[in-house]
Order: sequence, then C-alpha cells, then structure tokens
Amino acid sequence: MTAKFSRRTFLKTSGLLSAGIAATTMLPDRFLLWAEEQGMLTSTLIPTYCEICFWKCGAMAKVINGRVVKLEGNPAHPGSRGKLCGRGNGGTGLLYDPNRLKTPLINTGARGEGKYKKASWDEALNFTAEKMTKIAEQYGPESMAIFTHGTPTDHFLPLISAFGSPNVGMPSFAQCRGPRDVGLELTFGESIGSPERLDMANSKVVVLFGSHLGENMHNSQVQDFSEAIARGAKLIVIDPRFSIAAGKAEKWLPIRPATDIALLLTWINIIISEELYDKQYINSYANGMDQLRTAVSGYTAEWAAGETDLKAADIIETARMMGKSAPAVCIHPGRHATWYGDDVQRTRALGILMALLGSWGREGGAFFATQATFPKLDSKPYPEPSREPLNLGGYPFAGGEGVTQAIRTATISGAPYPIKGWFVSGTNLLKSLPNQKETIEAIKRLDLLVAVDVMPFDTVMMADVILPECSYLERHDALAVGKGKSLTVSLRQPIIEPLYESKPGWWIAKELSNRLGLGDYFPWNTYEEKIKSQCSLWGINYEELKKVGTITIPNTAKPFITALNPPQFKTASGKIELYSKELEEKGFDPIPRYTKHPLPQSGEFRLIYGRHAVHTFSRTTNNPELHELYPENEVWINTSKASDMGISNGAYVTLVNRDGIKSTPIKVKATERIREDCVYMVHGFGTTSKGMDKAFGKGADDQQLVTRYAVDPICGGTGMRVNFVRIEKGASHA
Amino acid sequence: MPKYAMVIDQRRCVACMACVVACKKENDVPPGEFRTRVVEQTEGKFPELRMELRSELCNHCDNPPCVYNCPTGASYKNKENGMVLLKSYRCVGCKSCVAACPYDARYINEEKGYVDKCTFCAHRVKEGKEPACVATCVGKSRIFGDLDDPKSLVSIALHQNHSEVLLKSVGTIPRVYYIKKFSKPE
Repeated sequence: MTAKFSRRTFLKTSGLLSAGIAATTMLPDRFLLWAEEQGMLTSTLIPTYCEICFWKCGAMAKVINGRVVKLEGNPAHPGSRGKLCGRGNGGTGLLYDPNRLKTPLINTGARGEGKYKKASWDEALNFTAEKMTKIAEQYGPESMAIFTHGTPTDHFLPLISAFGSPNVGMPSFAQCRGPRDVGLELTFGESIGSPERLDMANSKVVVLFGSHLGENMHNSQVQDFSEAIARGAKLIVIDPRFSIAAGKAEKWLPIRPATDIALLLTWINIIISEELYDKQYINSYANGMDQLRTAVSGYTAEWAAGETDLKAADIIETARMMGKSAPAVCIHPGRHATWYGDDVQRTRALGILMALLGSWGREGGAFFATQATFPKLDSKPYPEPSREPLNLGGYPFAGGEGVTQAIRTATISGAPYPIKGWFVSGTNLLKSLPNQKETIEAIKRLDLLVAVDVMPFDTVMMADVILPECSYLERHDALAVGKGKSLTVSLRQPIIEPLYESKPGWWIAKELSNRLGLGDYFPWNTYEEKIKSQCSLWGINYEELKKVGTITIPNTAKPFITALNPPQFKTASGKIELYSKELEEKGFDPIPRYTKHPLPQSGEFRLIYGRHAVHTFSRTTNNPELHELYPENEVWINTSKASDMGISNGAYVTLVNRDGIKSTPIKVKATERIREDCVYMVHGFGTTSKGMDKAFGKGADDQQLVTRYAVDPICGGTGMRVNFVRIEKGASHA
Repeated sequence: MPKYAMVIDQRRCVACMACVVACKKENDVPPGEFRTRVVEQTEGKFPELRMELRSELCNHCDNPPCVYNCPTGASYKNKENGMVLLKSYRCVGCKSCVAACPYDARYINEEKGYVDKCTFCAHRVKEGKEPACVATCVGKSRIFGDLDDPKSLVSIALHQNHSEVLLKSVGTIPRVYYIKKFSKPE
C-alpha cells in the first residue's frame, strides 16, 4: 500500500493497464483516482446506509476497480440529505483498517488473556453452538443473554429469542436514551423517536440542555440546527462547558452540574406565574395544571440562582425568551440522558416545559411522525420462555431494550437463576457499562462469551470465541425504515465482497441457527432474498431501491396539530400528564421535585464526559482516517484552576476517583471553556486491546473512572456523572 | 469566464470536520497533511467567552505570492477561472511557495515529491460538481460558485452579508470570503 508512485512508475503502470488492471484490488487510491481522471477507469456509485453511528445516513460509495475510494451522502435520504459527517466520510477507514478481525478466533488461554488460535468458520460456529446447547441443557435457554447495538441486533436478537431467552440488554436504554424515552412516554404517551422528531429548522428559540450538538454529529439534526441559527433562531445552551453549541448561543448558562432540575422547575414556575404558557393548549390537552402550579410555586429565580450558580436575571430572561416565542420553541430532550439517577424526572420536567409552551405537535417544536407503517413478514413465533425475564431488573418502567446491568448483576449473583452465556454484538461493554469491575466479575462467571464485531475492541478480546463480522460496506442488513415527516425505506447492500474471512452478521446468525436446530426462524438462503420478499410485500421496487438507496413513500404524515388533526396522547388519561398518576401509583413523585446531589469536595472535580465530532463511542478510535483528527482525548480543566494547581496545558496527568481507581495518563487541556468544579473528557478512549495499533493506550477511559453510578429507580438508567476525581500531576506518557 | 470563489458562513459551522475528511478522501491527501482545517479560537475569561470557528484553506488569491515565488512556473493562476493550481511535473519541491504563502495552505507531498494544496476540487468543478468540502458541509457553511454570476450562491451570500477576508492587509486579494456575524453590510 505504501509503494511509491513516481511519474515514471505511473507511466509504466499505465502501459500495463490493458494487461489486466481488474486483476488486483491492491492498487492505491491515488492511482485509482488518477486513472479515473485520465479516463482509463470508470467509477460507479453504489448506495447504502452508514453504520459509523446509529443515525443510519444514506450514503453513496464510489468504487473504482473494486476499491471503495470515497463515501458521499445520498441526496435522497432524509438523514443525510446528500451530506455525510466527518465520521461517515471516514467510513472507508473502518473497511480498510489493517487491524480488523480477519478470521474466527478461539480462546486458548485464560479468559481475557488474549491468547487465541485461528479457527475455521466451521470450528468456531460448532464451538459456539455446542457451548450454547450445553448451557441450555444444563441451565435452560434463558441463561443465555444477549448484549447488542446497531444493525447486528436485527440478526442476533432473533437468534437468541428463537433460542428461548428473553434476556436482552442494549446499552442504548439504561446507559443512554432510556430515561428520556420513559420520561416523555409518561408525559405525552410516546417518546421523541430516533432521529428525534424536532422541527428545529423552524424554531425561534432552541434550547439545548446538556446536548452538545455539533460535537455529537447527528447529521440531519445538525443540518437543522445550522439552518435554525442561520434563520436567526435564538439559542439557549445549558452546559457546564462552553461547547461548540454554547459558542453559538444567545445565552449560555454554565450551570453547576447536577442542578438541572432546579433550573427547569424554576423556568416552569416563571412561565406559569407570568402567564407565558399556552392556556388554550393546556386547557385542551393537559391535565394536572393546578397541581403543577402549586408544586412549582416555591421555586423562585433567587433560590435557583443559589442552587445552579447562575444569575437570577439570566434565569428569568431565558424563561421569558421561551415564553415569548412559544410555541416555536425547540426544547431538545437530549439523547444520552443517564446523568444523575433522577433522569426520568428531569425529562419529565423538560416535557412539562414543552407542554406549557405548547410546542409538542407545533411548528418549530416537536412534530408527529407519520403513522404509516409496513406489514410484517410472516415468521415463526418465538418460543415462550419458561422463566421470567430478568433484564427488567424490577424497575417498573424498564423498556424492551432491557436493563444491561440487571443482567450483569444476575450473572454475578446467579439469582434468580444463573446467566451462563453472553452473546455480544456491536457493543463494547467494558466501555459502555459503568463499573468495569462488575463487568469483568460477571464475565469471569460465564461458561461462554461470544463476540461478533468488526474490530478487536476491549470486550471482544475477553471472548471465548470471536466471530469476525464484515463491515457495513460489505454486507446486507435489515431494511432501514425511517419514520419522520415521511416514511422511507433504505437499503444496505454490499459495496464489495467481504475482506479476509469476515462474514455478514446475517450469515453468522443463520449458520448458528442451523447448528442449533433453529433454521426455521431464518427461512431464506440469503438476506437479499428476505429483503426481496419484504419489498414485494411492501410494494417497493427492489431493483429501483438498489439503484437509489432510499425510497420515500408519498407523504402520509400529519406533523402538526390543526383543527382537522387533533393530537392523540397515548397516556392513561389520554391527555398530556403534567401530573402523572402512573408514577404516583408506583410510589414516585407525580410532579418532578428537586433534590440536592452531592457536590465535589475541595480538591475534587466532578467527572463529566461527552462526544467528539469525529468519533462514535469507542468504535472509531482506531479508524485511521478519524484517529488522525483526534488521536487521544484530553482532560479539560479550567485555566485558573489548572494554574492554581501548577498544571500546564499539554502536560500529562492521571485522574483518581473516590474508589482509588487511577486513569491512564491523559493530556491536559487548560481552558476557559469549563467551570472550575468539573473536568471533562471525550468518551471512548484508553483502549486496552493491543490489537488496536492506533488506539491502544491513547488517552484515558472515562468509563474506568465511572465506578459509581446512580440508578434511576423508575427505569433502571445508570446515572454516570456522579463520580469525583482528583488530579495527580507528573504522569509520564510513552 | 467564471470567477470561482468560496464563501464560508461561520455562523453555520459546527466544526464537525466533515470537510476535512471529505477533502482528504477526495484528493488522497497523505496522512498527517491537510488541504483544509477548522480552527477553533475562544477569547475571554470564563464565563464571558466568544468562540470563532474558522475553516481555512488555500485562498486562491488574485495576487498570489506562491505563484510569484515559484522558480519553475509550477504554481500558476488559471487565467480562465482564477484558481491557483499546480503543474506538478514542473515542481521540484523547493518549498518557496510554502514559505511564501501567508495562509499556511501548502504542504510537500513526500510520497509524490512535490508540493500540494487545495485545488477548489478543479476536477469536480469541471464536471459541474461542488468541491468535496462544500458538497459534504453539514451546516451548509461552505458555499462555492461564480462571482461573475449574480445569481450564484456566493454572489447572493456576499450581497446579503458583510464579509471579510483573511489577512486583508497583506494584499493577496483572497477569493475565500468569511461571513462572521449576522450584520448586513453597512
């Protein structure tokens, strides 16, 4: 790949063109691009959808001579609208990452020791199936759990369901969106969806509560965000850190971490007492207004100023900004919502605020998704598990994605019944779950850990058997159905054949199903066959879909409330529940209440974490094209604080939490862009897997320091911003 | 003849780096080198802060010091469309242009042995496409077009907003314009 191409070599090579340029795919990009420009080779554009994050943007892959040279956005796709973010543009970095998992591997040493032997697919699949069968025989099929994220879920969740286990845990719930979705469901009867149904482009005021849009690159949403700013929307950003979004804000409120509910309830109080709320909307669609008014009446701006470390005048001014622009106010409900353990209630407060402003179902606020839907293909029903699922953890509002750490706890305790096998696909549990010690403890007790992934992530390297999935550019996956203002169907199709011995997820699942006697659940030979049947059932022209990538079903949505389109709220009362009887019946506050959280002691900082625009969790840190732009994370420390401590910008330090856990060395970013009482780092770094050449040992792992977590009693979400760290100077860095 | 220019509407930029990655892929820029970058600059003291996000690239100057300083005639100003380009077969890698450019827009491509820089994606523009950075710009912060066409997006943007160029005082007459604020021209 690093062969030098002088002009002479070019000439020689071009002389050889007729001698079979198609015979090799090892020609470097620069040659292919040049040859294309000279008209010697032609490129083709093949549509698919991206998997570098979960936004599933439509992409067009440019292929020359069997090599994917570039990815671009698909203009027909509503999530990308012809554009890809930095990560999406860097997708080929995953495809051609030399560190990819190349063959199936079977562990030959102790678990986690990293000693593997290469195995054939037959060997690895037989090994997996035999071990799974043994677990089912000895403990019951429910003792096999699955942790999963992204499109692999569409293949492996059916496999484990068919196997007879209800125990699925997706970090996307208890470590991410869970509390948000539950809070909105309790208030409006439905959540906000993904992509979030926000009419941000038409908002007059946009409120970002801890959401750092731009650093979390949710493509179409960021497009709307920029559009809103360009159209003159006023932006209010609440963040202890001067994020990129805060840099664009009319009002940046650098709130004291963990006091968000104080600000929200005070805003609610101001909006009610100054009668800035939408009376007609509330009278028509909401219940509990009187109780709400009483409940928040004590939350004054002066009081909130003390709690939140904001100015009372700013709190009042921002409340009025929202009230005066209602209903065209976009209150972003956030996405990663697991902060302090009272996160459902915080989202309830955000929801109540949206309701008071009348922005749910209104232009510039949140819109209603299309109700149109596609019929399901007939499939064999899954067996009914004979034991209760234990992935709900006893939390009354835990969702169908499951509570990951409840499975982990049961794995350690063996109660109410043992969990002996974990099937892990598309998620790096060591980096996604809080308290790694518990994760490792649970893994030690397993009879089987199976990992399906593209890269040798930390968790993959703990597995007994590693099944190398090919990247998203080499496989079919489930049709992506998008429900926004319109209904869309998008296709993922292989751009090139799988490299090395890697295989598509669907193939792995199907092969395992055959070995487990579950072949009936996968009644097709290739996944394309299944997609074709779906297309014909749905009235989609498959050949057309292959060419265009995304097909939009003529507009069926009624996005906004009108006289002819009254809103429907699927709550118990059929109305927006400002006061939640459902919560009350389960023993929770029917209206959110503010409770104080512990604050850092002298010499301590609250550890907060977030995203970088070119990285997705821990999944992209080794991607050569993205690694180059942000190779290691930094710890952000307020400049004055750093100078008081004698810490200079660029020095390496270690962070030590209250449990004595010490981070790997991390570079200091001394900056005015953060409060003095917290430190910030980008999530996902500090890889321990030696198989990841570029990422190994780079930066520090925030999750390693998140040994404590505050569980939300309503839904089981793990609040992870509850750890305090000290900074130790003088770390040496290789 | 078109007079190509780029307008960067800094209000819309969120520093997502899509332009940087797209440029590298489109033009096969070697590791460690960049034809464009996004600079974040924050001024002030907490909590009174101001942030500027500024995409930087070759300014395709009308008075280009790189061209004047090139001893071999490799660097040239395309008379038809105003792009500052390079005849790589004439380049000897002497770095005069690298030193002369006040915008730090050039690098030596060690593998190829000659200097390289942003071409406004001349190869794409020829096909009627936008430069790669513009096409992928998530915030629609980067706008490309013909200054001689009053209906082009660049002409409209410059007509409707106050704009600035980088290092105006050095007299390079850049063709990359920056819209910083929401103000109308005075």
